[in-house]
Amino acid sequence: MRGVLSDRMGAALLMAPLLLFLVLAYAWPFLGVVKWSFTLPTPGLGQYQALLTDDLVQSVFIRTLRIAAIVTVVSVAAAYAITVVWVRGSPAQRLVAEFCILVPFWISVLTRAFGWVALLSNRGLINTWLQSIGFISEPLTLVRNEFGVVVGMTHFLIPFAVFPLASAMRSLDDRVLLAARGLGSSRMRTFWTVFVPMTRSGIIGSALIVFVFSLGFFVTPAILGGGRSVMIAELIYLRIFQSPDWGLGAAISVVLVLFVGALMALLFRYVRPKQLI
Amino acid sequence: MQQPGRAAEIKAIGIGKSFGSFRALDNLSLNIGRGEFLTLLGPSGSGKTTFLMILAGFVQPTEGKLFSDGTDITDRPAEQRAAGMVFQGYALFPHMSVEANIAFPLKVRKKSAADIKKRVGEMIERVGLVGHEKKLPSQLSGGQQQRVALARALVFEPGVLLLDEPFSALDKSLRGQMQAEMKRLHQETGTTFVFVTHDQSEALALSSRVAIFNHGKLLQVGAPDEVYDRPDNRFVAEFLGEINMLPLKGVKPADNGSTGLCEDRAVNMHCKAEKVRGDAILAIRPEHMSIAREAAVGENGIAATATASTYLGAATKLDLTTRQGAKVTVSVPNEVAAAALSKGNSVWLTWPAEKGFLLPDGGQ
Ligand SMILES: Nc1ncnc2c1ncn2[C@@H]1O[C@H](COP(=O)(O)OP(=O)(O)OP(=O)(O)O)[C@@H](O)[C@H]1O
Ligand SMILES: [Mg+2]
Repeated sequence: MRGVLSDRMGAALLMAPLLLFLVLAYAWPFLGVVKWSFTLPTPGLGQYQALLTDDLVQSVFIRTLRIAAIVTVVSVAAAYAITVVWVRGSPAQRLVAEFCILVPFWISVLTRAFGWVALLSNRGLINTWLQSIGFISEPLTLVRNEFGVVVGMTHFLIPFAVFPLASAMRSLDDRVLLAARGLGSSRMRTFWTVFVPMTRSGIIGSALIVFVFSLGFFVTPAILGGGRSVMIAELIYLRIFQSPDWGLGAAISVVLVLFVGALMALLFRYVRPKQLI
Repeated sequence: MQQPGRAAEIKAIGIGKSFGSFRALDNLSLNIGRGEFLTLLGPSGSGKTTFLMILAGFVQPTEGKLFSDGTDITDRPAEQRAAGMVFQGYALFPHMSVEANIAFPLKVRKKSAADIKKRVGEMIERVGLVGHEKKLPSQLSGGQQQRVALARALVFEPGVLLLDEPFSALDKSLRGQMQAEMKRLHQETGTTFVFVTHDQSEALALSSRVAIFNHGKLLQVGAPDEVYDRPDNRFVAEFLGEINMLPLKGVKPADNGSTGLCEDRAVNMHCKAEKVRGDAILAIRPEHMSIAREAAVGENGIAATATASTYLGAATKLDLTTRQGAKVTVSVPNEVAAAALSKGNSVWLTWPAEKGFLLPDGGQ
């Protein structure tokens, strides 16, 4: 009992600086943002009413949700395939998968966004190549639109989607898969009817993480969307630094934080934090 | 293993399995008869699970061949062999209800919905799970999970059912109950059962034949009374239960079996002195020895002094030391034990000639 207690206290002590940092750097300033949303430019609920009627704000919200949903589906699907290889492949396959998962972490989000511009723009690698082999005559618009945003975000988020999936796949009892095959089920059927359903918690965790991350994306949509696919984080930035319409920017922030908070609560109902690493 | 509803006959010839340089199974040949209940018995790490996995098709043997009803199935993948298998720890599908777990092998075989419903219903009744159809495995007790695993493995009428220590996680009374139930299922289905355990009493109680493994080798196969009463070697003798070993000298064939000198007294055995000559070991189970005041002329006997006793309820286990220092344990009625101990001096241990058997001297 004493051991448990002192362990907990030790853990609390070790976490204290982080908690302090989070409170000072995020929670405290955020309270200020909440205050603005109710007081600027005039006290009252005016900003929240504006949110409900402002067409631009609503279309950005809807676009953000749409992009986040597409990115989530694509990222989780791609991450699932990579994770299967990483967790269950041969040693050589594991090495390759691990490389693919870890390398993106060493390249900044900015560099990656510009990398995609270089690949996808009208005179980028892909269009040049497709034209040179005569597959297309006019360049495809692959960037400065939602497509480019989705590509860039998916690329960024796949590694984050991998970890909850890997944890679910690692905790799966091999004998259950053997049992399925022993009962006459082919490898394919076993994968779809046993393996995938048994990693459900990993899929949910992975999807929620990617979705929540997507909602807050700023740099990638700003660069790859070219101002035409403004997402919610960029809208907040524009309202506060360019309009300046602090009250409305603050109100959007508050709504976004509440929404993300609700999703996180949902996330932790399905997965323990430990499974996300 | 291919025709449903018909017990399979399995023949393993020279099966070997190496994991790197480690020899998990060595030159194992074994015939498993149609509809028989064969138990694989051996200590931990002796290769029982490995052999079962080879039978199921989950592990590929390094050498040897496997035949089912005369067909070579050595290279046939597990899903095409479709042996029913109950794993250590059950391996139920945690995301499927009891019903769906049992229906799984039938769905895979594309049976009609009506047929599946009928057969699953029958199976659920047969293993006593009525009322639990919609539950998930995590909502069941260990014994109930065990029943689901049995039902799932039997519902598609496999030619052979492979069971890997199915009862190791159950408490003693439930274990006895499940053993009886499994015996009943064996009789009802008539399927060939191959059962793994490292509990010798379970093996002796359930099987038509027992195969004893040690260090990846098959040491002996035979009916329970055969391996218990006439073990081929010391390991089998000791593994199947407590046994007394007395050194014998001058062993030679005799009219009615064999004879030798045990602590300077002539003793007779019904077994033949085939493999042993000269010095050997005489092995006798504790329950086959009795205490007497005197051994008659021509009766097998040895003088000993009682040193300690353990009360077991129905009987008493008595420890004795012979004149030449051999340790012997017998299981005798309580009052006999008390009398032997109170006298404090020498008693005689006697045994019938058919209950003593010869083992080679030293080693295995
Ligand atoms: N995949 C493997 N790789 C390496 N060694 C293995 C592998 N599978 C089994 N072994 C080894 O082979 C030996 C036999 O294992 P096996 O599981 O067949 O034993 P067992 O008789 O079933 O034991 P238990 O009663 O403990 O279940 C063990 O020493 C084990 O370590
Ligand atoms: Mg085993």
